Amino acid sequence: MNEKIQAAVNGLAERFGLEAREFRGEASIYVQPRQVVEVARVLRDAYGFDMLVDITAVDYWQQRSPRFQVVVQLVSMVHHQVIRLRVGVEDNAPVVPTLEQVFPNANWYEREVFDMFGIRFEGHSDLRRIIMPYDWEGHPLRKDYPLGYEEPQFSFNKDEVMVRKPHPKE
Amino acid sequence: MTEIREVTVEELHHLVSDRAQNGETMLLNMGPQHPATHGVLRLLLELDGEIVVNAVPDIGFLHTGVEKNMEAKTYQKAEVMTDRLDYLNPIGNNLVYCLALEKLLELDVPPRAQVLRVLLAELTRLGSHLLWLGTSALDLGAMSVFLYSMREREIVLDIFEMVSGQRMMTTYIRPGGLWRDTPPEFEDAVTSLLRLTPRRIDEYESLLNKNPLFLERTKGIGVINVEQCRQWGITGPVVRAAGLPYDLRKVRPYSGYEQYDFDIPTATGGDVFSRYLVRTAEMRQSLRIVEQALRKLQPGAVRSNNRKYVPPPRSELSTSMEAVIHHFKLWTEGFPVPAEGVYQAIESPRGELGVYLEGDGGPKPLRVHYRTPSFSNLQIMPLLSRGHFIADLVGIIASIDIVLGDTDR
Repeated sequence: MNEKIQAAVNGLAERFGLEAREFRGEASIYVQPRQVVEVARVLRDAYGFDMLVDITAVDYWQQRSPRFQVVVQLVSMVHHQVIRLRVGVEDNAPVVPTLEQVFPNANWYEREVFDMFGIRFEGHSDLRRIIMPYDWEGHPLRKDYPLGYEEPQFSFNKDEVMVRKPHPKE
Repeated sequence: MTEIREVTVEELHHLVSDRAQNGETMLLNMGPQHPATHGVLRLLLELDGEIVVNAVPDIGFLHTGVEKNMEAKTYQKAEVMTDRLDYLNPIGNNLVYCLALEKLLELDVPPRAQVLRVLLAELTRLGSHLLWLGTSALDLGAMSVFLYSMREREIVLDIFEMVSGQRMMTTYIRPGGLWRDTPPEFEDAVTSLLRLTPRRIDEYESLLNKNPLFLERTKGIGVINVEQCRQWGITGPVVRAAGLPYDLRKVRPYSGYEQYDFDIPTATGGDVFSRYLVRTAEMRQSLRIVEQALRKLQPGAVRSNNRKYVPPPRSELSTSMEAVIHHFKLWTEGFPVPAEGVYQAIESPRGELGVYLEGDGGPKPLRVHYRTPSFSNLQIMPLLSRGHFIADLVGIIASIDIVLGDTDR
């Protein structure tokens, strides 16, 4: 681990009692949802991780508890290092406070996570679907959301498959 | 068919200003079917006469569910889908995916493959910038630049076809190296490209640099400064045009970029014209890297010899039983990947292209997330366009250089 990341990890462990893990030279810091805004602010102001590059989530359905982890990547444009925050979120009411006040560009990333995983971001200014159509049901990147497929039509079963097709028929 | 319902102004109240409520400003829908939106971008514009008060981008019209589909495929098969994200930068998409996978597996890449990866990534950058130059000049009314730059892009695509058999969706870079070695005529083709292109870039510059119409429509339009770029996570030529020499090839080098000698072009204006200057200068730098890579190129293996992850060469299949077993295992079951997550980023022609890859111990990824530069750079659209004429909007969209396949995934 790079010394700048090590300093940030140690500082956060001291101040918030956070655990960190290292894998292939990359540090992941495990954060509780209620701490995440404060941790991001401290990382930005005190340790120079001044750019948010990505927010995404991972679904561990039936594998781990808590079910979701929101993964935040922060970059330091001064030290040229990446640090990762992992925020565990429970299944029954997945809510995380928004990072918009610290990094304005969290807006679209959080909308995408909401759209794809159904994780709500408390205090978000415009939490609408961003990629799926606005009247879409369900959150596609959840593991319990089926992949879906289209049945191929051939000349011998064209009409038969047409009846079963879930698409507009007119 | 679901019923099509008209959206009322009340529903959009948090997106538009109060003046839209009483009809003082006009709401206009631009796109998704509009030639100047570079794909299927929809913009909800709030206009005061011809002046843009606000622009709200609406994306998702090219959503293909690539991330979901990749979770259902083995790592090798999932790679094919990465080409389709940013269809102007297929090599870069492959490269970042393979780098992330190699980081997870600690897989080695032979030196010849490293050099060829850099060479092809730079050719992709050249091809992407050429298409950008052509289309954005076309949007501003300079038709001839488009015709010329497409002519040169053809040479780049011919080289891709020569090495991979495909002009755009190459899937040439594979985990642990490359698909196969380059054909014998490859080096000559690259040499002739190197001889031809600098002269051609001079020609484009002579068409645009002192063109009063082009200058009028690009200077002082869509200005952004470094601080705003930092806040909004803007990377790539947009931040370099604002004056910050931030390029992942220098600051977090990958694939041996630290061994090449090149400059990071910057400009100071932060406007559309500065982005044009930065991109044309980048084309020349890419050619410099290609030239050095070509000199570096030594004969040797192009794929790792680690048979647990990389399939054996075809020739061994008829002589070695072990090779047959490896081949069979790799193409039916796939290879297991540790249950850990890594983030890897490269400098794509548009900015920081990152991939967050997490395995689950099995042969299929648990999560693949592409952090695409078009997605994050498009967010500043409202910021850039406020107060400009609607005609300038076209130039601003072009100058961010978005690819909608990249934003929507």
